[in-house]
Amino acid sequence: MTINATHSASGSDCSALSFGDPTFRDEIRIICGENVLSCYQCGECTAGCPVAFAMDIAPNQVMRMVQVGMRDEVLGSSAIWLCAGCETCRTRCPKGVGLSKVMDACRQIAVQSGIKAKEPNILKFHEEFLKEIARNGRVHEMSLVAFYKLRSKRFFDDMLSGTQMFLKGKLGLIPSRVKRVAEVRKLFKLSANR
Amino acid sequence: MKYAYFPGCSLESTGKEFGESTRLVAEALGLELVEIPDWNCCGATSGHALDHTLSIALPARNLGIAEKMGLDVMAPCAACYNRMRSAEVELRENAKLREEINSNLEDPVLGKSTVRSALEVLASPESLSRIGERVRKNLAGLRPACYYGCLLIRPPKVLGFDDPEDPKSLDEAMKAIGAEPVDWYFKNECCGASFGVAKSEIVVKLVGDIISNAKKHGANCIVTACPLCMTNLEMRQAEASKQRHENLTMPVFYFTELIGLALEVPGVRKCFASHLVDVNPVLDLIDRNLISTART
Repeated sequence: MTINATHSASGSDCSALSFGDPTFRDEIRIICGENVLSCYQCGECTAGCPVAFAMDIAPNQVMRMVQVGMRDEVLGSSAIWLCAGCETCRTRCPKGVGLSKVMDACRQIAVQSGIKAKEPNILKFHEEFLKEIARNGRVHEMSLVAFYKLRSKRFFDDMLSGTQMFLKGKLGLIPSRVKRVAEVRKLFKLSANR
Repeated sequence: MKYAYFPGCSLESTGKEFGESTRLVAEALGLELVEIPDWNCCGATSGHALDHTLSIALPARNLGIAEKMGLDVMAPCAACYNRMRSAEVELRENAKLREEINSNLEDPVLGKSTVRSALEVLASPESLSRIGERVRKNLAGLRPACYYGCLLIRPPKVLGFDDPEDPKSLDEAMKAIGAEPVDWYFKNECCGASFGVAKSEIVVKLVGDIISNAKKHGANCIVTACPLCMTNLEMRQAEASKQRHENLTMPVFYFTELIGLALEVPGVRKCFASHLVDVNPVLDLIDRNLISTART
């Protein structure tokens, strides 16, 4: 695929880029407030990313692809799911762009648009985590792992260390619950309707 | 000093030694911690990974209750601290979102309370001088690699604490109790955080890099201020050792446990029993060192 683009002198004005979905970057900006057009491709984000080695597209490439509106390619990538949210890129970006926030927004758009996650188990984990909060207002780590295993069918992962933790009294059996859990559920409703 | 204390989910479970040692040390230093009544989960990584509004709304409820208590918040867990502080800053700046969230809360957020981590509170100059005065057992011989990870120091524009590229607070806290922290390269690298469950191969690689570097620089233990870092560093040592063909067994401590040890706070030694990696070799080393310095 070739990018037919006219670069401006500053190198950061992508408004003239001619292919893809130009509304994608606006969608992202509405969710997280980040202006991806500021990125001038220095590569600092990729240089410092601890998970770049495992990604199908590098962090700076995600940024470029968002700029030119390659919506499907970005939302279908493993990169958006493998971002650990360590905030190194956001800390070091010389243009002050929060790539970690862009990654968050991409994940949110992917889920809302029903795009299949390239790292389905990571999505399952996040979903089970939020379900725990909606249920009890807090996360009961033992239940979280149990529900995650049921959904991902990865029953035998980390059996030994899990048992060890249980024996050390680190995984209690009874979930602690928020009394005003209805108020917490209202916050879920607010977010869903926004 | 008095704080609205936010334990968070981990400190009731996998990170219970962190919660316990934080409470004990705070008490010994005359800091009063009042638990935020009926607190809810901060949403952690999963909250902001999937839903931006929710990632602000969940911490907002806790902030509102803390404001009603008239206190600033102390949240020891790195993720809780980071999420609560991010919410605090965004709610201050975004009036529209604040109004929307407040209309769903019993105790609205007005922006009066601020959020601090246990590290920020306990490594402040006042706390450090108080710790220094109360040391009863010098931890000479302890050479910790002080591991800050991500969420206690980044992003600096939101947290405004320590230097994100060369943090020093944890090192200062360790020096105050007589330990000799080593210089090393991985103090602010990521451990893989919540991928410990769903993508553990990434965590094994990162944990291997971290512990290997700590060993190379002469550390005999790692010190952390984050329950997720602790879980990953302890749980993935064996796999990382196998992967790198290197012995990466290394005790990991919460900084509050070591402060408690140096201050001889009653009850703090109980915390060591729930570690997954045996910490006794290092504790014995400290005791032997104490005996030899007493003789000379």
